[in-house]
Parts: sequence; C-alpha cells; structure tokens
Amino acid sequence: MAWDSIQEFLNDPATWSGPGSIWNRLGEHLWVSVAAVVLAAVLVLPLALWLGHIRKGSDIATAVVNIGRAVPSFGILAISFLILVQMGAGVGEPWAVLVALVALAAPPMFTNTVAGIQSVEPATIEAARGMGLTETQVLKGVEIPLAMPLVLEGVRIGLVQVIATATLGALVAWGGLGRFIVDGFAQQDVGQLVVGAVLVGLLAIVAELAMSQLGRAVAPKGVTNPR
Amino acid sequence: MILAQETPPLFDWDWVARNWDQIIDRTWEHVTLTVVSVAIGMVLSLGLSIIALRWRRAYAPITWVTGLLYTIPSLALFALLVPIVGLNATNAVIALTSYTLLILIRNTVAGIDGVPASVVEAADGMGYTRRARFWKMEVPLALPAIVAGVRIATVTTVGLVTVTAVLGLGGYGFFILRGLNTFFWTQIIVGVSLSVALATVFDLSFVWAQRWLTPWARGVG
Repeated sequence: MAWDSIQEFLNDPATWSGPGSIWNRLGEHLWVSVAAVVLAAVLVLPLALWLGHIRKGSDIATAVVNIGRAVPSFGILAISFLILVQMGAGVGEPWAVLVALVALAAPPMFTNTVAGIQSVEPATIEAARGMGLTETQVLKGVEIPLAMPLVLEGVRIGLVQVIATATLGALVAWGGLGRFIVDGFAQQDVGQLVVGAVLVGLLAIVAELAMSQLGRAVAPKGVTNPR
Repeated sequence: MILAQETPPLFDWDWVARNWDQIIDRTWEHVTLTVVSVAIGMVLSLGLSIIALRWRRAYAPITWVTGLLYTIPSLALFALLVPIVGLNATNAVIALTSYTLLILIRNTVAGIDGVPASVVEAADGMGYTRRARFWKMEVPLALPAIVAGVRIATVTTVGLVTVTAVLGLGGYGFFILRGLNTFFWTQIIVGVSLSVALATVFDLSFVWAQRWLTPWARGVG
C-alpha cells in the first residue's frame, strides 16, 4: 500500500520534470534557505562582532534566544505572510518565506557570534594589544579566528532551522520540498508524502553534517577545544 | 478612507467573543499534546540518562541518535510516521516526544556530572547505596539543570504543536492554518499570540516549581 504509492509517485514523469518536479522544488528550497542565511549574516554579524569585541551584549543575546524560542516558527511564517500580503506582495511569491527565514536564522547567529568573541581569553587579547596590534587587527587576526567554530555553530543551527521552516513554506502557498508533504496530506497521497518527507529529512541531515565538518575544519590549529 | 472599507480589519474582537468556546477547546488540545509529549519525553530521557551515566560509552550513540531525530524537520517527521501509525494523536506524540530527548538528556547528564565529587563521597561515606545516592543526592542537586532542560523542551514543544494542525489535531495551529487559508488575519494573530502566551505560562510555572522543589537554594545567590 504505502510502498505501491511511493513507486507510483516515483514513476510519474511529473515527479522528475516540470515546475512541480523534485529538482525544481529542491532548487527552490535551497536558494531560499541559503539566501536567508546569507542575508541574516549580513544583517547581524557586524553588530554581533562589535558587541562581542567591546564585551557587551550578552544580556541582549540571552533575551533574543528566550523570546525567539517562545515564538513558534510556523507563527513567524504566518505573521510574515500576513504582513507581506498586507503590503501588497503576491500570494505564492517567496518573499514572505524569505523574510520569516531571515528572522529565524538571525538569533542563533547573533548569539553565538557574541558568545564566541567573548569566549576569547582576555589574556590572549592583552597579548595581542601588547604586540602593538590595532583594535581592528585584534578583531580580525585574533578574535574572529578563535571565535570561528562558535560562529559557524550559530550558522549551522540557523541553517538547519531555516531548512526545517522552509518546509512549512508550502502552508503559506509557496513551493519548496514541503509542497510534496502538504499536497501529500491534502490529497491523501502517501507516496508523495513519504518521498517529500525523506527528501526534507535528508537535506536537513546533510546540511547539519556538512556544517559540523566545516566547523571542525576552520578551528585554528592548536585550538583543540573551542569552548 | 476607501482603503479602510475594502480591506478587512486586521483584528476582529467580535470573532474572539463569538468563538470563545472554540478557543477553550483548542487550548485544551494544545495543552494536552504538550504535556503528554513532554511527560513521556521526561520518563524516556531519565532512563536514557541513567544508562548514559552508568555506561559512559552509551552516551555518544544516545546523543547521536537523538540529535539525528532533532534535526529532522517536524513536518517531515509527522509525514514519515503516517504510513506507520497513521494520521492521529499517536503520530504527533511520537514526533514531539522525540524532539524533547536530546535537550532533556544533555541537561540531565550535565547536571548529574556537575554534582561535586565531595558530595558523592560524603553520600558514600554515610553508607548510601548507589541508588539512594542517585535519587536523594544527585538528582536533587542536579534539579536546576534538569528543570532548565524541561523548560527549553516544553517551550519548544508548545511551538511545534502548532504544526500538528496539518494532521487535523487542532491546537492553536488550527487557527493559524485556517486563517492562512481564508486570509482571515484575526485567526492567525489569535493562534500565534495564544501559543506564545501558553509557552510563557509553562515557562513561568517551571520557574516557580523549581523554587518550590529546591527550598535550599532560595535566598542564595
């Protein structure tokens, strides 16, 4: 039953070509997720780096995390859709999803960057200053490299969250891989449902593993325990 | 203004007054799903934490598997469970419970590990058995860390329950979903605000519960 339905869905030519194909949906899912993370990084990293450098902002970071956790990501998506439609955006356009995803990716990146920069030992920074490095050089040459694993951990959390929530984009009339799941539910098509779910799950796991690998790769040599 | 006549009001208080019964029903559904999932999660994670504390080698695989479950997006996990358990509350509870495990286990293990060695030695010296030491000394002293985990897990679960509306299970997500389909903003705003409010109520009750459960920590720090 479930298996037959899966085979039927996989044998359907529309699954592999056209606007509703797996490739097209995967492409939509990926570009919106990556764009959201890049936009969030551009928006919050400069502020977070600066706050970390002057050793302030940990209270803001904690507040951001606590508030962010209480607001459901589905809720952020729905509110973002509501606001953009009120402002005149077309239904089915990706903008509401993109805005919601930027809002979701930003908090973990902000918090981890502030925490990462602040976790650099004061003695290390003193040594760098004592060697005559300017504040910019301290930030670029010492604090950022040492904070990199934690910063990337923030990016990883943000990216995985974004990929998960982009799936819900199908509930606000957008595409992405969630389209298969939402349509699968609506049409009681178990094949479409399961294939969509497996694709989304795999994408999230691949993103998670890739980012963890990257996080390990950027740790400066000699730093064994970045925390 | 012509625009004001054409666009529906952003928030319709009359709707709230007319649908009070429904709001109560959806609240009950949301609370039940949250409480059941977190409660099962707490029992399972306590068992898994005990295993991880007793056999250290088990800790890495346990966090790896629960971490993997945590990574799978909720909508996908609900969907994957459909061929196995169907479209029902069991589906939602399995998925929601599995999301609580990583947070709960990490905090429990870290909390018990954080109990000072001197306390453990004192307990041993007083003739406590391993079991008595665990329940009477280590668990109470680890409570702040354990409760912190339960708070995060519960608040996260309240948010995730909104997604269970796609399974037809009600909860506040029902309002959000119907609001999206009918472009009726009031329902979306009601659904999201009540979800945030419920998460806050749960979070605050745990803060109070912790104060009550750890009388020795009151007035300290």
